Amino acid sequence: MASQTSVITLSQGSKHRQTARHRLTIGIQEFAKYLALVLFSAFFILPWVWMISTSLKNPQELAVWPPIWIPHPPRWDNYVQAFAQAEFARFFLNTLKIALPSVIGALISNALVAYGFSRVRWPGRDTVFAIVLATMILPGFVTFIPLYIVFHRLGWINTYAPLVVPVFLANPFFVFLLRQFFMGLPTELSDAARVDGASELGTFWMVILPLAKPALAVVALFQFIGSWNDYFGPLIYLSDKSLYTVSLGIANMRGSYGFNNYAWIMAATVMSIVPIIVLFFFAQRTFIEGIALTGLKG
Amino acid sequence: MPTHRRLHKLTKEERRGLITGLLFISPWVIGFLAFRIVPFVMSLYYSFTFFPILESPKWIGLANFRNLFTDGRFVSSLYNTAYYAFFAVPLGAFFGILLAMLLNMKVKGMSIWRTIFYLPSITPVVATALVWLWMFNPRGGIINYVISLVGLRGPGWLGDPVWAKPALILMSLWGVGTAVVIYLAALQDVPRELVEASQLDGAHVLQQIRYITLPMISPVILFNVITGLIGAFQFFTEVHVMTGGSGSPADSTLMMSIYLWQSAFQFFKMGYASAQAWIMFVIIVVFTVIMFRVSGRAVYYGGR
Repeated sequence: MASQTSVITLSQGSKHRQTARHRLTIGIQEFAKYLALVLFSAFFILPWVWMISTSLKNPQELAVWPPIWIPHPPRWDNYVQAFAQAEFARFFLNTLKIALPSVIGALISNALVAYGFSRVRWPGRDTVFAIVLATMILPGFVTFIPLYIVFHRLGWINTYAPLVVPVFLANPFFVFLLRQFFMGLPTELSDAARVDGASELGTFWMVILPLAKPALAVVALFQFIGSWNDYFGPLIYLSDKSLYTVSLGIANMRGSYGFNNYAWIMAATVMSIVPIIVLFFFAQRTFIEGIALTGLKG
Repeated sequence: MPTHRRLHKLTKEERRGLITGLLFISPWVIGFLAFRIVPFVMSLYYSFTFFPILESPKWIGLANFRNLFTDGRFVSSLYNTAYYAFFAVPLGAFFGILLAMLLNMKVKGMSIWRTIFYLPSITPVVATALVWLWMFNPRGGIINYVISLVGLRGPGWLGDPVWAKPALILMSLWGVGTAVVIYLAALQDVPRELVEASQLDGAHVLQQIRYITLPMISPVILFNVITGLIGAFQFFTEVHVMTGGSGSPADSTLMMSIYLWQSAFQFFKMGYASAQAWIMFVIIVVFTVIMFRVSGRAVYYGGR
């Protein structure tokens, strides 16, 4: 990017020399840039290679030094074993039972709340919104003990309720994101709907929500990933193994199988990531735009 | 919020707006009261009590706090958390900005590079922890193999009290991708003319970064550092998975959050754990305020 536009008014001779040198500098810069990218990428790619490679090894190959990169023959059976032994299908289903209702809950609650903070005018609105933002720094660790005790009294331990119900009551981060988006939509649209006799809820439902699809997609995606990846919630609220989520299930495998069967653990780990990777490749742009949205406008 | 007197002065239309608005935000209000404020106050109360989970809490005043500061494990959990945050947060910011700047230099295959850097940060944390646990294994792990390629002998990493925290910090850098994407978006908003003007004035690259780029993206850096710090103080899942919740070896990875979890769910001392939670909360608030204060002059808000 540097100095492409520089040095124009020079005599012919030195201009030749200048462009040659200029090209060389640019060449070196380009080379350094890509070299740096490749080196950094190696750090980011290595764990993937190691994970997949380990997941295909037999127990002998696990302990070999120097390590084997490409197991021969690849032991696909590890995946079958991990799937069967660790009750993986059940973990998958359990996680979906939490993640899908959570997505619905996050969409409904956060859209409503964000609408109330952006498209409805009421006295004190911005002060209350400041409180919403302030609660973002309240660490979950401060509130989880009383919550655990309340859920315990309600008989919600070993159910998915503690993991799903709070999602239906809005999340400051998503409210912030959606409010930002709603405020960018022209007021004329709502005014027109109101003139036509639509109620506030009708305007919300028929005018604003259809326009907010990109932002809603971000919320749905992040909530799904959040529920899929959650560890702390399932850890403290679920003790019955038949209720375990994928994350809790594979973490538990480490205790049960130890290092001798690390190939199984890696096979299970790969399987736990696949849904996230698939989601990423289908919704790459939503991800990137969503993240940029969260960091920038703060 | 409107005072009582002002509430009476509201016009009919304003009052209707207030009711509509409050109805729309009611899910948040309910969640705020039931899942934030009430538990928040309750945990303060519990922190002054002796509360084995199956009995009712008994008031013991400041005893929990006094015991905590003479509890060697709690003091080392403070030290371990501070150590982790002190290195992981600045290093994360440094590499995040560095990678974003590289990507901002008109590179070919942008979406591929971005995917490589970003994918780890949406990978389930448990999966990340399990993979790195195996990578750090001194006998069969890939990290010590890579180190051996340059003729050195790698340490025992997670088995060695000295190297366990550096291992966690190294692993944390794998998740720097979210920050990269945020920084990159910020860098793309830096006006081109500013950079070009500085080039015409003869500024070299480092000066450009120091005087143009970093000030322009400073609000985003502040945002990332603060959220990073809050996250680091609550660093939990990786350690819990990698050490089976123990904070081993020799308590060298016993984080505040891990010890808190142990107090609550291994020793069932809910009062003691609540006191720990409140100390954690105070630390987070203090650091957030300090960050805002210190950065006040250094952060450029574009004339706002």
